[in-house]
Amino acid sequence: MHSTTSDPPGTADALPSTVEQALKIAVVGGFGVGKTTLVRSVSEIRPLNTEESMTQAGQGIDDVNGVEEKRSTTVAFDFGRITLDATSVLYLFGAPGQQRFWFLWDRLFSGALGAVVLVDTRRLADSFYAIDRLEAQGIPFVVAHNDFGEADHDLEQVRAALDLDPAVPLLRCDARDRASAKKVLIALVEHVRTLVMGRTR
Amino acid sequence: MSRYRDETPDRLYVITSGRSGGSDESLDAVTLIVAESEPTAGMQSEHVEILRMCRSPMAVVEVAAHLGLPVTVVKILLTDLLDSGRITARHPRPAPSPAHPFASPEVLEKVLVALHNL
Repeated sequence: MHSTTSDPPGTADALPSTVEQALKIAVVGGFGVGKTTLVRSVSEIRPLNTEESMTQAGQGIDDVNGVEEKRSTTVAFDFGRITLDATSVLYLFGAPGQQRFWFLWDRLFSGALGAVVLVDTRRLADSFYAIDRLEAQGIPFVVAHNDFGEADHDLEQVRAALDLDPAVPLLRCDARDRASAKKVLIALVEHVRTLVMGRTR
Repeated sequence: MSRYRDETPDRLYVITSGRSGGSDESLDAVTLIVAESEPTAGMQSEHVEILRMCRSPMAVVEVAAHLGLPVTVVKILLTDLLDSGRITARHPRPAPSPAHPFASPEVLEKVLVALHNL
């Protein structure tokens, strides 16, 4: 490698040069439900933040009707990373689940392995749209109830409140806990595997 | 890290030479970018930074986060470098399609093993 005087950020976190395949898992949920916390718990890098924008049709730089505001909608998202082996890496994206942010999904999560819907019983309604959309798009998902270790709701009550398909795994988690966050991801991948096996049978 | 975060649209306009589109449609959020050459004198500073940080493979979103620029802007910059052969792109495989929305059992097995070993 070259020695430089101005190492770029992330040099210490560099991926092996042999890595060829990147996979994606989406973590979606309402504001403050613990998406970034879950990503941080399992990520090998400190979660990074960037933004996607959706430029509205009809945008023109010559349009000077006194409108100073930006013509694009921007949404920030966090992500983390897990190197799987010498050739593969998994990216975990945390993104807001509200309806107005769904353009992000089309760009960011196409081809994702699956999604984790993180719910909080105080704001279950925040996840309704996400669940509907995932079901409609046929993206495999699990629902994780982030209860911060305080199990105050019965999972079956949560399932009923979300009107969740019995086939969709629902589990309890503490997003701050690495082992717990890991279990959520494993539950998702196992669920995807079950679906894949079902198709090839 | 968020040097450009509060930049005005004007600044972003300059970085992309006024382009708001025309980026390579095949660039995914997790397409891995690899530099194939060293920066040369006179290159745009963002291009120089991309070539430096992609000496090891780096996903499009990571490049965007480190540059502190929106993903859409970074895709335009990456397209310039792809067109001039200064970087190569390792796209996610298999390409997602409606017929094959899920990963292969082999890939899933690999992910499970890695997660269990975390």
